[in-house]
Amino acid sequence: MKTAARFRVSSGMKYLLIALPFMIFTFMFSYVPLFGWLIAFTDYTIGTRITALQFTGFSAFTDILKQKNEVLRVTTNSLAMSGLGLLSSPLAALFAIMLNEIKSKKLRQFIQTATTFPNFISWIVVYGFAFSIFSNNGLLNTLLGQLGLPQSSTGLLGDTRYVWVFQLFLQIWKGLGWGAIIYLAAIAGIDQELYEAAEIDGANKFARIRYITIPSLMPTYFVLLILAITNILNNGFDQYFVFYNPMVANKIEVLDYFIYKLAFIMNEMPMSIAVGMIKSFISIALIFLANQASKKIRGTSIF
Amino acid sequence: MKFIKSKSEKIFYVVNLCIILLFTFMCLYPIWYVIIGSVSSGVRAHTAFLWPKGFSLTTYKTFFSRSDIGLAFLISILKTAVGTVLSVFFTSMLAYLVTQQKMLFRKFVYRYFIVTMYVSGGMIPWYITMKSYGLYNNFFVYVIPGILSVFNMILVKTFVESLPASLEESAKLDGAGFVTIFVKIILPLSKPIIATISVYTAVGQWNSWIDNYILVHTKSLKTLQLLLYEYLNKATSLASQMKNIANTAGVANAEAAFKVTPDSVRMTMIVITIIPIMLVYPFAQKYFTKGIMIGAVKG
Repeated sequence: MKTAARFRVSSGMKYLLIALPFMIFTFMFSYVPLFGWLIAFTDYTIGTRITALQFTGFSAFTDILKQKNEVLRVTTNSLAMSGLGLLSSPLAALFAIMLNEIKSKKLRQFIQTATTFPNFISWIVVYGFAFSIFSNNGLLNTLLGQLGLPQSSTGLLGDTRYVWVFQLFLQIWKGLGWGAIIYLAAIAGIDQELYEAAEIDGANKFARIRYITIPSLMPTYFVLLILAITNILNNGFDQYFVFYNPMVANKIEVLDYFIYKLAFIMNEMPMSIAVGMIKSFISIALIFLANQASKKIRGTSIF
Repeated sequence: MKFIKSKSEKIFYVVNLCIILLFTFMCLYPIWYVIIGSVSSGVRAHTAFLWPKGFSLTTYKTFFSRSDIGLAFLISILKTAVGTVLSVFFTSMLAYLVTQQKMLFRKFVYRYFIVTMYVSGGMIPWYITMKSYGLYNNFFVYVIPGILSVFNMILVKTFVESLPASLEESAKLDGAGFVTIFVKIILPLSKPIIATISVYTAVGQWNSWIDNYILVHTKSLKTLQLLLYEYLNKATSLASQMKNIANTAGVANAEAAFKVTPDSVRMTMIVITIIPIMLVYPFAQKYFTKGIMIGAVKG
């Protein structure tokens, strides 16, 4: 008996010990950076040694308040882009429903492969494509010229009026095919008998979609929507950095870009970290709220 | 299956198909456009819509004489290969480890990793931390931080949990240790999900550039993506440069001036950067969708 008890304990310990190096690794690369938040309370600049830091209290945060207009501007940009993204979120489900209506399996496969491809290229390549097509000498302007229609003088990439819409368009182009996959999986899981029964009862295609398919997709849509809302301030950096130029700077600088700019262009590292901290706290709060909302509306929580 | 379709359903089907095909076209055409543009004579590159105009491989030839492209390509291949192998191996090992019910504090350990998906220090703390570890201007910054991917870990864990427990148990009774069981039993049986996360990881590695931009400033370690970004922005000055050295590629200067332009430089560079993905993607696509399906079921 004693031998068996010893064996059980050391087995549990053994796995914990094996987990230790993994935990140390994660500590080094995911938890240690969190300590970097402390630097928001110092006078760090690039090149300062950690040991030579001076404590400055909340001055980085008050600096943020002094730059209130800037912060408001970039937050508006972030919210605008996220808001547009939320508005266009049904498109992925819609695309899945439409794709599902295609009879030929081979055609569906081909379309799926083709439309998910944009998801797997980097934003730099997207910029390359966009430049070739939408710039001054690009495809669009050339075509318009050949058709005798007015051309854009700055090209779409430099046009400050269309920044948000254009970036949204690129996001949809890049993500629609991929985003539809989850909904296609959900549709595949719908009981075919429901459709057959509805057809017998006289429901036409539109009615069947409206009363069977769409309600079946609602749970998935809802979860993804809530997750998207919790990320409302996290627009990502890649896209906005790559499409940044002075002409559209005003509208294209989102919070994540602003954080980068503060640190590497304006050398305001503590302020940059402070903004990042605030953004993280808001995100965590949003996650809690989202969880509560999900419990109330759906009965189960997400996390 | 009903054979009699109402007129409105037929119209719906046709409209549906048109819209979908239009979007599919929009996804594929840019690739075609840059391919034919890259093999067109520079000054006419942007007017070539359906097929090349003035077929010419001059831009590619002048590219060969530039050493930075070959080097960047190599760096990207190396980082993709090394990074993917390391990440897939250790992440799946962690995933298997976490399925061991007997582990002391297992729930805590699992949550310890999950939390890192939601809370992150941000770009600057990341920069400062990596620098303090000596990972500045260092190839290893491309492959070490990504060794553990929590998202992939969840995918593998879900899969491993679906494997029959008897296999593991009999191996343990035979006295096999953790690593032995992982390498000899779990890995071979998990081929589908390993393939999936390998493809995810490899594509992520090939496309990543921020670590390069922020933490690596030596030319010899530049990745292809970052080089592409520079080429896209400096295409005009690069085209002039390349016209002047065209002789080394065996092309007369006058000809080069006509064929090598900012447009063709951009397009050629884009093609070079996406060729690996284009070659691999049609075959790898089913692994991508499988991965999402597994994730969707779990979610």
